[in-house]
Amino acid sequence: MSAGREETHDGVAAVAADPRDRGGPGTPLLSVRGLIKHFGRKAGLLTKAGALVRAVDGVDFDVAKGETLGIVGESGCGKSTTARLIMQIITPDAGDILFDGEAVGSSALDLAAFREQVQMVFQDSYASLNPRLTVEDTVAFGPRVHGASRRAAVSRAHDLLHRVGLEPSRFAGRYPHEISGGQRQRVNIARGLALEPRLLILDEAVSALDKSVEAQVLNLLLDLKDEFGLTFIFISHDLNVVRFMSDRVMVMYLGKVAEVGPADAIFSAPRHPYTEALLASMPSMDPDHRTHEAPISGDPPNPINPPPGCRFHTRCKMVTALCAHAEPPLYDVGGGHLAACHMANPASGHPRLAAA
Amino acid sequence: MTAIADALIHAPTPKSRGYWASVAIRLSRDPVAMVALAVVLAIVLAAVFAPLIAPADPLKGSMIRRLRPIGFPGYPLGSDELGRDMLTRLIYGGRLSLFIGVTPVLCAFVIGSGIGIFAGYLGGWVNTMLMRVIDVFFAFPSVLLAIALSGALGAGILNSIVSLTIVFVPQIARVAESVTTQIRTRDYVEAARISGAGPITIVRVHVLGNVLGPIFVYSTSLISVSMILAAGLSFLGLGVKPPEPEWGLMLNTLRTAIYTQPMVAALPGVMIFLTSISFNLFSDGLRSAMEVRQ
Repeated sequence: MSAGREETHDGVAAVAADPRDRGGPGTPLLSVRGLIKHFGRKAGLLTKAGALVRAVDGVDFDVAKGETLGIVGESGCGKSTTARLIMQIITPDAGDILFDGEAVGSSALDLAAFREQVQMVFQDSYASLNPRLTVEDTVAFGPRVHGASRRAAVSRAHDLLHRVGLEPSRFAGRYPHEISGGQRQRVNIARGLALEPRLLILDEAVSALDKSVEAQVLNLLLDLKDEFGLTFIFISHDLNVVRFMSDRVMVMYLGKVAEVGPADAIFSAPRHPYTEALLASMPSMDPDHRTHEAPISGDPPNPINPPPGCRFHTRCKMVTALCAHAEPPLYDVGGGHLAACHMANPASGHPRLAAA
Repeated sequence: MTAIADALIHAPTPKSRGYWASVAIRLSRDPVAMVALAVVLAIVLAAVFAPLIAPADPLKGSMIRRLRPIGFPGYPLGSDELGRDMLTRLIYGGRLSLFIGVTPVLCAFVIGSGIGIFAGYLGGWVNTMLMRVIDVFFAFPSVLLAIALSGALGAGILNSIVSLTIVFVPQIARVAESVTTQIRTRDYVEAARISGAGPITIVRVHVLGNVLGPIFVYSTSLISVSMILAAGLSFLGLGVKPPEPEWGLMLNTLRTAIYTQPMVAALPGVMIFLTSISFNLFSDGLRSAMEVRQ
C-alpha cells in the first residue's frame, strides 16, 4: 500500500501517472448527467402518493482530474443530496454517473471498485465517528475490510494520522469523545484517505469548526491534495471558503444548477442573478462598503412545488414575463462558464438585454 | 522521514481507557447500585454453595416441628408446614428461582437482540413485517401470556422457561429494533458502507458495540419481572413441582399458614422482593453509568 503512495508524491503531475487512470487526462474524473432524486411516498396498496420533494432535479456537471469543484447554495438546494447520490448512499431516480469515463454500476466499474476510489468526509465530525472505536481502529477499518492484515492496516492508520497532524503515539488510542472537533475532522480526513481514493467529497467538512481550526484544516486539505494527487468536490455554504479552495464553482438553487464556471469568473463576473445575490450577501471587510439592503429576501420556494419557468424568478430582481414560463437551460457564456439565465443568452429576448 | 521518527509513528498504541472501563468506574461510585450488586451476589453465591452453607436438609421434614416461629431453637427462620427448615429451603430455593428467573431473560436477550437488530438494520418491509408480528404479542398482558403459554405447554421447569422466553423476546426485540434503527442512519455507518464493508462486518464492528449496551440494560431490568412471573407460575402449579424448594412454590404452600405463622409465610415473598428489587436497582445504576457521554 505504501508503495502506491510514494508514486503520488509529486502531486498533480502524478495524477496522469496514476496506474488507475483509464480515460487519460482529458476525461473528466467524474461526470454527472441528468441526476434526479425525488423524495416522497410512492402510491401503495392503500395509500395515495405523498408529496414529492424534488431534492435534485436534473443536475449535470463534470469534475476534471486534479481540480477542486466547489458546490455552493442555500440550505435545501440539494448540495448534500448530490454528494450522497454520487456516493450511492441513496439511489438516484434517474441519471448517469461516469467515473473516469466508465458508468458506475456497469460491468467495467462495479459499486465496490467505485467506492474504493471515491470517499467522503461528513459535516458532523462526531456523528461520523463510531464512539466505541479508537481513532486508530476507525482509520484502519477501511484497509481491514479490503483485506489488509491488522498489522498493515494499523501501520497505514498511523502513517495517515501522522500525516493529518495527529501524532499516533498520543492520539491513536483515543476515543472520539477524548479529542476536539478539529482533531475529529482530521481523523475523518485520515479515514477518507485510508483507501487511497482519487476523489474526495467534502460535504461541509469544515463548516462546524471554529475559524482558526477551519483554516488549519483547509490548509491541510490543500497539502494532502497535492501530496496524494487528489480531486476534491468541496461542498459548503461559506463562499469565502469555497473561493479559497476551488478551481471551479457550481452554484445550486432548488435542486438545479444555476451557474457553473471557473472560480475567478464566478466571483468576479457572475452571470446569474442568484449568484450575484449570493455574492452581495457576503459581509464586506471594508466598513465603507456596508451592505445596506438585503440582496435577496425570503426563503427559497418549497421544493415540493417548485415555481414553473426559471426557479429563481420568484425572488429575482430581473424577472420578466419570460422567466415565469420558460425554463432557461445552461447557456455557455465562454471560458467554460455556464449560466442558467435567459440574460446569458442573447437570443432569449429578455427585455434587459435590449436595454443594455 | 528518519528511522527514529518512523519507529515512533509505528510504535504500538497505548490504549486509552475504553468505554466499558469508564462505565465500570462510574458504576463503582454509585452506592445504591453497589449495594444492589452485593445483595445479588450474596444471593447467587448462597444458591451456588447451598450444600455448604445450609444448616439442614431442604427436603427432610418433621411432623412434630411444623410452622415454628422465626428464631425457634434449631430453626433460625422457623419451619414450614411440613416441618422443614425455612433458612435451608430459602437458600436452596434461590437456585431454582434464579435459574428460572434469569434463564428466560438470557435466552430472550439473545433471540430478541437478533430479531431486533436484523429488522432494524435491514429496515423496509422486512422490518415492518417482523415488527407487526412482534406487536401481536403486545396485545396480551405479559402475566396472561406467560400463564396461557405455560398452561398450553404443560407444567414443568423447562416449559415455564420456554414460555417466559416467549414473553420477553418481543419486548427485547422492540428495544433492539428501535436502537438499531437510530444507529443505522448515523454517519459512521454510512462511512463504513462507503469503505466497502459488507452488512455483516458493519453490524459486527459498528452496530453491535453501540446497541448491545442499551439492550443489555433493558434486559437486566426484565430479570425482576421474570423472577416474579416465574414465581407466579410456580405459585399456580405451572412451574416447579413440590417438594422442590422454590420461592414461588413455597409462597403457595405456605399461604395456608398465613394466619398462624405470617412472618414465616411471608419469607419467600421477601426473598423474591429482595432479589428483584436488587436486580432493578443495579440495572438503574448501570443505565445511568452508561448514559454519561459516549
